[in-house]
Amino acid sequence: MKPLEIRALSRNFGGVRAIADVSLALDSGERRAIIGTNGAGKTTLFNVVNGQIPPSSGEIFLFGENVTRMPLHRRATLGLARTFQITSLFRNLAVIDNMIIAVQALTTAHFVFWRRLAHYREVLGRAEALLEKWRLTEFRHEIVRNLSYGTQRQLEIVMALAGNPKLLLLDEPMAGLSAAETHLATDIILNLDRGITVLLIEHDLAAAFKIADRITAMDQGRIVAEGTPEEIRQEASLQKIYARGGVRHE
Amino acid sequence: MADNRWGLWSAIAFVLIAAAIGGMIPPYDTGLLTQMLIYGIFAMSLDVLHGYTGMPSLGHAAYFGLAAYVAAICSLKLGWGFEAAGAAGIAASALAAALFHLLALRTAHSYYLMITLAFSQVLWSLAVSWTDVTGGDNGLPGVLRPQIGSWSFGSTIAYFYFALAVFVVSAAMLYVFVTSPFGYALRGIRDNEMRMRALGYHVWAYKYLASIVSAAFAGVAGELYMYLNNFVSPSALSVTVSAQVLMMILVGAAGTLFGPVLGAGVFVILQYVLSTYTDRWLFVIGVIYVLLALYAPQGALIYLRDRLKARQRRSAG
Repeated sequence: MKPLEIRALSRNFGGVRAIADVSLALDSGERRAIIGTNGAGKTTLFNVVNGQIPPSSGEIFLFGENVTRMPLHRRATLGLARTFQITSLFRNLAVIDNMIIAVQALTTAHFVFWRRLAHYREVLGRAEALLEKWRLTEFRHEIVRNLSYGTQRQLEIVMALAGNPKLLLLDEPMAGLSAAETHLATDIILNLDRGITVLLIEHDLAAAFKIADRITAMDQGRIVAEGTPEEIRQEASLQKIYARGGVRHE
Repeated sequence: MADNRWGLWSAIAFVLIAAAIGGMIPPYDTGLLTQMLIYGIFAMSLDVLHGYTGMPSLGHAAYFGLAAYVAAICSLKLGWGFEAAGAAGIAASALAAALFHLLALRTAHSYYLMITLAFSQVLWSLAVSWTDVTGGDNGLPGVLRPQIGSWSFGSTIAYFYFALAVFVVSAAMLYVFVTSPFGYALRGIRDNEMRMRALGYHVWAYKYLASIVSAAFAGVAGELYMYLNNFVSPSALSVTVSAQVLMMILVGAAGTLFGPVLGAGVFVILQYVLSTYTDRWLFVIGVIYVLLALYAPQGALIYLRDRLKARQRRSAG
């Protein structure tokens, strides 16, 4: 069963076709990168898969289930998690509270209002363990808005992992990171459990080639090439697109 | 964790001091103290909505006044006992919020503020014009204070202790509520609704339940206020009352459950002191409101605490 299958997906904004007739299937445990210039439709594709915006046409299947009309919070319960291109955290809460909220989301505790959170040892324990594992423990009491940008990006990924997702969408995890931080983030993604299928959007081609098993290239809302990193490197048409659009190297 | 020990301890101290002096001070002052407790519950109820969930309401008087009216009508016109009338009033406020929010949750931020204002104005005009049931502008006088079995809470002091008991129970329940997993989810919704959805939270359901809980406790406060005065009139539903409770939160820091209780205390004292000097005390409070919004939007008490800490640090270093 494919973790994610997209069939003939399109999304229009007024007269603009942000994504047009996109079909895509991921194998279990696969690392897939989507590359393309700004405006190629990568983030729109994520937003439609995630359920933030409905498609104009086409279908989406998660783990064999048709989720095209399913609200996004229910897609999360199927094992879908995502990060955002523009850092999307709980800025006014401490790091540990961010983790607690992420961890409890898919537990039976999440709607309990008659019992204090302090009683849920397993939620607190898992939040602490995740911070420990990804080397964020030293920041546990920091308010998120006071963290460095690099640490915020790291927290962005770790929060998406909190619910034990089976399919992880990463929207430009390296955007705006320094060389050292990019290295750290690449490591985090490379060290992810192979049981997690990963779909990532990446502008940093070196990082994308390093992480991905397969690469899908998009341009003007369409898929223009798909293959292994080796095959994509050879693809002449892509070089033309990048020469025209100019790729950002952060 | 987001529990605020500082706030919890000051709330406990406040209750203990109030309990100790409530019976020793002149009856008028006991009445003021009772008012502080009532407004304290009211302010906490709005804080759940405004401070924790990020839904700014300018119509919270709707639930305050509605519960007061329903309890008064049940006991005066239907002859119900205190327990039944009291429960009916709170249920009416919760139900009103449940129905109203089917519509209101389509809005957010300043649009939510406007629609709550409109809702409370509808109830206000209903109270003014439906004279047969509500007594119109004259309101409904003559509601007796609670009598539970052989216990009567008719005297000022007895009623003060009654209000104190209700306050303690309400504060404890709301404290559990905001420190529960549900309460943490509300903070998340306040900060970033989209991330909450992506994490798997059904945001609408959280906002819906929070608004009902908030309305129920506003109803508790409204009834206590009605019994305190043996009277309810359309002014309990007025926008002035809604603005006052918003100001208590602004004084005491939104999103810290007990800060607004202190804000309510400050407000009652301010109102008492100012009104001995001028009939235009509401104007003065309005000016203070504007100054707070401009210079201490995180809450006057938080502002003072931070200034104090900064000064200590300077003198230490």
